[in-house]
Amino acid sequence: MTVLRLLPLLALGACTGVQTPLNPHGDAAERIAHLSWLLFGGGAAIFVLVMALLAWALLAPATLRGAMRSRSFVLAGGVAFPVITLAALLVHSLGVSRALVLPREERPLRIEVIARQYWWEVRYPDAGADAVTANEIRLPVGREVELLLSSADVIHSLWIPNLHGKMDMIPGRVNRQRFTAQRTGVLRGQCTEFCGLQHGLMAFWAVVEEPAAFEAWLARQQAPVPEPTDPRLVQGKRIFGEAGCGACHAVRGTAWQGRLGPDLSRVGSRLSLAAGVLENHRGTLAGWIAGAQDIKPGNAMPAYGRALDGDDLLALAAWLEALR
Amino acid sequence: MDDLAPRPHQSRTPNRLPRPEEELERLKEVWRMPRGIALLTEFNNNLIGPLFVGTALLFLMLAGVLALIMRAQLALPGLTLVDAATYNQLFTMHGTVMMFLFAVPAVEAVAITLLPAMLGTRELPFPRLGAYAFLIYAIGGLCFFASLFFGAAPDGGWFMYPPLTSKENSPGINTDMYLLGIGFIEISAIAGAIELIVGILRCRAPGMTLGRMPVFAWGMLVFAGMVVFAFPAVIVASTLLELERAFGWPFFLPEQGGDPLLWQHLFWFFGHPEVYVIFLPAAAMVSMIVPAMAGARLLAHSLVVLALVGTGFISFGLWVHHMYATGIPALSLAFFAAAGFAVSIPSGVQVFAWIGTFASGRVKWEVPTLYVLGFLFIFVLGGLTGVMVSVTPFDWQAHDTYFIVAHLHYVLIGGMVFPLLAALYYWAPSVGTPLSDRLGRWGFWLLFGGVNLTFFPMHISGLMGMPRRIYTYPSGLGLEIWNMLSTVGAAVTALGFLVVLVDVARNFRPGGHQADRWKAGTLEWIDNDNHGPRSIPRVRDRYPLWSEPELRREVEAGGHYLPMTATGHREALVTSPAEAIPQYVAVLPFPGWGHVVAALGTCAFFFCLTVPLLVEAAVAFLLALGGMLWWLWHGSDPVPSQPGSIDIGDAIRLPTHATGPITTSWWAMVTLMLVQGTAFACLLGSWMYLWLVNGDAMWPPPGQGLPKPWPGLFALTLYGGGALAILVAARLLGRASLVWVCAMLVLGMAMFSAGAAADGWSLWAGGIRPTDHAYGAASFTMFAWQGTHVAIALLMAAYTLARALAGKLDGRRRLTMDNTMLFWLYTAGQGAAGLALLHGFHRVLA
Repeated sequence: MTVLRLLPLLALGACTGVQTPLNPHGDAAERIAHLSWLLFGGGAAIFVLVMALLAWALLAPATLRGAMRSRSFVLAGGVAFPVITLAALLVHSLGVSRALVLPREERPLRIEVIARQYWWEVRYPDAGADAVTANEIRLPVGREVELLLSSADVIHSLWIPNLHGKMDMIPGRVNRQRFTAQRTGVLRGQCTEFCGLQHGLMAFWAVVEEPAAFEAWLARQQAPVPEPTDPRLVQGKRIFGEAGCGACHAVRGTAWQGRLGPDLSRVGSRLSLAAGVLENHRGTLAGWIAGAQDIKPGNAMPAYGRALDGDDLLALAAWLEALR
Repeated sequence: MDDLAPRPHQSRTPNRLPRPEEELERLKEVWRMPRGIALLTEFNNNLIGPLFVGTALLFLMLAGVLALIMRAQLALPGLTLVDAATYNQLFTMHGTVMMFLFAVPAVEAVAITLLPAMLGTRELPFPRLGAYAFLIYAIGGLCFFASLFFGAAPDGGWFMYPPLTSKENSPGINTDMYLLGIGFIEISAIAGAIELIVGILRCRAPGMTLGRMPVFAWGMLVFAGMVVFAFPAVIVASTLLELERAFGWPFFLPEQGGDPLLWQHLFWFFGHPEVYVIFLPAAAMVSMIVPAMAGARLLAHSLVVLALVGTGFISFGLWVHHMYATGIPALSLAFFAAAGFAVSIPSGVQVFAWIGTFASGRVKWEVPTLYVLGFLFIFVLGGLTGVMVSVTPFDWQAHDTYFIVAHLHYVLIGGMVFPLLAALYYWAPSVGTPLSDRLGRWGFWLLFGGVNLTFFPMHISGLMGMPRRIYTYPSGLGLEIWNMLSTVGAAVTALGFLVVLVDVARNFRPGGHQADRWKAGTLEWIDNDNHGPRSIPRVRDRYPLWSEPELRREVEAGGHYLPMTATGHREALVTSPAEAIPQYVAVLPFPGWGHVVAALGTCAFFFCLTVPLLVEAAVAFLLALGGMLWWLWHGSDPVPSQPGSIDIGDAIRLPTHATGPITTSWWAMVTLMLVQGTAFACLLGSWMYLWLVNGDAMWPPPGQGLPKPWPGLFALTLYGGGALAILVAARLLGRASLVWVCAMLVLGMAMFSAGAAADGWSLWAGGIRPTDHAYGAASFTMFAWQGTHVAIALLMAAYTLARALAGKLDGRRRLTMDNTMLFWLYTAGQGAAGLALLHGFHRVLA
């Protein structure tokens, strides 16, 4: 029965696998996945063994259960066996723990992630103050990264299961996590510490790229934001100012330097809106601006559905989409 | 127990048979329950016990309905059956109600129902305290649950992590509802624990040594001990957070020197033992049921008892398991991982002892057996995933995902609910009428199938990346099928509970007797009435009904100890803690309204404080206080009874009045002091923890100093003087005129009051302010805690004075004085310890 139950686990690999510890894309997740399979296998074996002993005690002819009626049976099964297996497991798991926290590179790529209710600010301090994005962590394959994790309000927890386990983001502290991505891919991460009303809608994408692609992306993030020439985009930029968006959002090279919401300098290039909730294109941008409180009630973004008419909304969305 | 062995010149039973006819009549008369509305004043365990169990099961059903709503919401991705705000209240209430209003009260309820009969006593020593605990739990719990209908239910998770629950992030009363509502219901758990500790240690039948005590009593003893040491931590944590929310005393806000992790340490120092608090009594129930169903003595009894006690100790070293992902260095986590492994060993011992016991006998395939086997299946699986999540790196992945949801439900449903259902079917014939075999089997298979179908897929959805406490999830991650299976399983589980409910409603009636339904060997299968057993059995074996087949008949005929009411009151036989040698006959009170009024007042006080309605809260406080005083005034510390001593049987002559360290009231006071001491240690630990977090440079922070030494020394002297005064007063009582006793009490009161004032002044004069920084907050909280104790000490002294003036205090009638003295000595000691920390710590280190 237990074997049958474990079959679905084996089928896990066949699923999408973008948010699971059992489809590792990096060294840390790989080590933990190995350990996990060892635990599942050992656990299943012990479970079957104990159930078999129980069945034997209940069903076997009385003459064949003599050995189970003694104190030494209890001591062997309840003390000796767990002491030996658990001691072995302890030694092994400490080895894994140690390997996970040992730094590999002297100067890993540092990435700051600051959690806010209910989104993620992501900064690349080694690349300069302008290298900032939101709800998306890009990283190069093959290079060790160190995440510097903090929170601006309540406790959150960052989890990219395909790359590593969780690390809490606690106000007043900076927690660190190191790993090396070994396979490219678009992976999903999510907040795993209950952080309030929209905890359920606080995800992000982690994009593991070839180093060249990553460097190109990083350079583009810091390049000046071009001035729009298309009248539609000019209109959109004007609406951005008139609606007061700049009080909370920053767009590099403009007077708008708000820090309460995500930096929008390159918002058009991101994979998602509203922390992994929506696809990102002109339509969803307009929809989010108009109905942020319907899509994700209680988040800090006000709804502009009444303040802006359809034309203005679409122009604004067009300009934002063009910020790539 | 040589002195209890039958002596050749006596009859075989401790008391000669047959008994005079009017003896039983008189016994029944004093134990008769009042009728009509006055039934509310009754506190007999035969009434309170089943009500307590029923209330706990009601909360199980209520919290279960919340779970069903959540499962419906998660059946498919993106459903909007409930909104996020409601969902967050649902899971917070589900966890909170299950843990605080179902699991802990349920095992306490089973204990109050069964223990008196199992120990062979007529009543536990403090029945009114037990009834008070039940009433505040039932009334408070229902009011707390009702907050859900007003959108005022807590919504920060049952763990209530700040700063999400701080005033800034959760301004509504939802959080206060948790902190105050649950905080005071914990008082009920602690009151119950004190009752159980003293009851188990001092009210066992003569000859029931610790070695012969049933395993369930051991389980409850460990349970109660753990409650005493674990629950103060959550009360302290709730108090600190409420102080922060209501008065701005910062403990958890990093910008003011606080630390959010302080909450987690305190909460899990309670929260992890809590799991074993729930599991150990359930395991102990299994250790009672398995021998009866196998018809064989429990294999390795002493190892099983050792396992219970050992688990109790180890469980206090596990709290960091819930904090693996907080950034604590990995190698410090190794210690806790090892403790996590260690705690699985005693569980293994018990599992193998049960398997071996089954192997020793011939199993009866009855409903309780099915539930025990279901328990073993589910619990072993949950235990194995428990070892997995103790492995630090694995937990970094599994933590806060549905894998944990699966694990915890496997251990809690497997480890607690199934044993409880086994107990329900097993003991129903001992407490009342038996339940149906057919419905029992239907219920079992529905529940067994439903629970596995609900929770096994959660291991997989967790491993596929589904975090806990999310109100919806997107499609396309492969989570759909597993969630649908869980939802279907939840419906099957609900059906199973419904069948159990129907069975109980149709077939269970308290008071019936089918005494040898399973041919079990322990005392609870002897015929019981309001007065407990007809006579108190003489115990010479762990399974007395198996080793002495005549025992049941002898006891029921009144041939054993104390077959009468000697003083015309309700009585209980008090025995020594280890050997159960009879010591005295305790006279118990008759029913009264005091504890009922006190319970109503207590509930009203805390809920008015939550809303907040401060004037009403003050009125309710006075009502509660009045009720307590009334309760104490009538029935506690009674007049020494006539006759002064009686022969309980076997020519054992016992006094009917006792004073000093031998009394149950002394033991209860000492246990209470352990509770107070643990809470104080938590405050002390919080102060030290915050110092470590802040570092010397910010402790005290600029602008605040150390407390002034001279008022501090003055306070220390006055606390000492107050303690001395009460010692002298207690010594003089019965030896000198009452005037001198009263004078010493008044002197002591003056010194304690002045001491507390000097204590507070030393902080204020040192520039310490509670609202600016965690240093001031932590320091003033220690003082506030001490100040509260001084206030209670003064109240107790005033009460003692009143007893003296009313002529209810003398050299023999002195329990009031002795209890006051103990509390005063504790208060003085605690004051000295607090002063030593606040004044001495830096000065000594510097």
